[in-house]
Amino acid sequence: MAGRELACPCCNGTLTPEKAARLLDEIQRLTTMKEAQPGRGPVAAGAPTRMIIDPHAHMISRTTDDYEAMAKAGVVAVIEPAFWLGQPRTNVGSYIDYFAMISGFERFRAGQFGIRHYCTIGLNPKEANNEALAEQVIDALPHFLVKEGVVAMGELGYDEQTSLEDRALRLQIELAKEYGLPIMIHTPHRDKRAGTLRTMDVLKEHDFDPTRCVIDHNNEETIREVLDRGYWCAFSIYPQTKMGSERMSALVESYGPDRLIVNSACDWGVSDPLAVAKTARLMAQRGVGSDAIHKVVYGNALAVYGLNGEMDEQHWLAPAAIDQRTLYEGNSVLRGGQTPRIEEPGRSADDLQIV
Amino acid sequence: MQTTTLGAAALEAIRGLFDDWISRSVTVPAMEWYRRTIEELRHVADATQLAMAIGTAPRRLGRSDLLLTAEDLERVRTLRPNFDPQYLSVDQLARIAFTVASYRGDDGAFASWFDKFCATAGINELIALCRGLPVYPAATLLEPRAREAVRSGMKPVFEAVVHYSPYPAEYFAEDAWNHMVVKAIFIGSSLWPIQSLDQRRNAHLARMLVDLALERWAAGRPVSAEVWRCVASHADAAGDAALVRAFETGGDKDQLAVALALQQGAEDRVDLLFEKPGLREKVRQLQSRLISERIGWEALA
Repeated sequence: MAGRELACPCCNGTLTPEKAARLLDEIQRLTTMKEAQPGRGPVAAGAPTRMIIDPHAHMISRTTDDYEAMAKAGVVAVIEPAFWLGQPRTNVGSYIDYFAMISGFERFRAGQFGIRHYCTIGLNPKEANNEALAEQVIDALPHFLVKEGVVAMGELGYDEQTSLEDRALRLQIELAKEYGLPIMIHTPHRDKRAGTLRTMDVLKEHDFDPTRCVIDHNNEETIREVLDRGYWCAFSIYPQTKMGSERMSALVESYGPDRLIVNSACDWGVSDPLAVAKTARLMAQRGVGSDAIHKVVYGNALAVYGLNGEMDEQHWLAPAAIDQRTLYEGNSVLRGGQTPRIEEPGRSADDLQIV
Repeated sequence: MQTTTLGAAALEAIRGLFDDWISRSVTVPAMEWYRRTIEELRHVADATQLAMAIGTAPRRLGRSDLLLTAEDLERVRTLRPNFDPQYLSVDQLARIAFTVASYRGDDGAFASWFDKFCATAGINELIALCRGLPVYPAATLLEPRAREAVRSGMKPVFEAVVHYSPYPAEYFAEDAWNHMVVKAIFIGSSLWPIQSLDQRRNAHLARMLVDLALERWAAGRPVSAEVWRCVASHADAAGDAALVRAFETGGDKDQLAVALALQQGAEDRVDLLFEKPGLREKVRQLQSRLISERIGWEALA
């Protein structure tokens, strides 16, 4: 097609060879779906029986109602990535307190609801642009990288793709290598595709193993390259801006479940801590096999975020005796040999009245 | 308050016991790591290496429970009276041992490091470090950090300082002690695992607990039966009224608790408090039952 351009039949925009290839993929997928789709049956009664990991959830912004609902929906573990707080921090002290909080109090809070809490530690790209702050934060990172429950460095990456962001990213990739940690990459909201490709180029330059790295917040425009280059490819089911359940289900049907990871990215914005559970349900309705669903809402996240040994299925299937005596209080949430509390907690909205 | 100062010889002996206990529960390579780390911390390691050792202890050693015998407890208590390590896990003991090993004779430096580390510790690190308070050097200087942990919103951190430990009774002044006991009741924790509870009862504490009981009754909420243990011996008129009310309105456990509290702290006032003959007999009857059935505070919590 060299020297020639294809025009899109509906909008008359330019169709590059890459876009055309993606369109063809989409057509192929729709055809397959039509053949395989069993029709939209009613939702199966009762809570999902499968376990769910939400590997991207900013729980410090969420309420106890959310924790209860997540536990009820089958969420057994969450990963809280270090990010900004909606408002920039003005000094390294508040950053240190934040790291301490997501590896301290928030773990305790989650435990009260029978949910295991892990986190990632890192300087996010937005705040990397505050040069003085960034240097101090990077100096403080090693202290937290060895903490229990830290499963990766993250969220690292680009926001506006500035040189300061680039510097912070590169320094932290080296830290992740030094400390044997996987990386969670935040891909930019604006200029996403180019930013995603650039991030992967930088990771390659630093010789970072793609099988130890999750590229997050993907969409239809980025999935192919991310998978082709061997990375784990995560999607945030975040209303309006990132990805929806229907589109997510279509991607799993089209690309298969290998190396795809679904998360809610729930935070202080309009977002849904049940997004992973709802997407799993939708996929089941659309006829996606249960093994495939299990991979994208549980197994894949466990495989990559379990790499440094800090997150293990045994933590929720067979908790250590010491945790049952302390974090899980032994007699209130979990007892020895019991399965996690994912069943009906037996409360209705009316029960929440303070009498 | 009778404090305990651990000399170099005692610390060395305790280090030997910890080594023995940990070696029973971990693999040979894990034990090699532990011993190497202890030596590094004693002689060359800096704060970053100490943080690394404490942070990675569970990954290296696992988190199984210690396997301690009655003789183990006896031996450690001859070195450090009332130390109670029986509910510790391997990683917790290792974290405590690393902390002790990092002490190089400078109390101020040790206390300053401890305070700074606790401020950013992960929850399990904080629990382990607080459980170790009885065996640290410079124990007096650690009191502000211990009190900070008692202020924690995390119940297991609170309990790590408060339960199964001689530290609070030895180092907390009366106000700190009283708030600790009241908080235990307030957050739904237990009093019975607190050491020296009876020895440190006082009128101010009794008054605060009675106020808490009245508040709970006003809200239609239950009152922990353990409260009366710290009230009976130091009750004022309001305390006496509360004891009678708890007995008259409470269930079997509450009645047993009031009877036990009186038996242990105010036996001579039973007749005075319970003027109605039926009630007085009931108290006596329950007190006999407490003895014959060997019911203690743990059963009434």
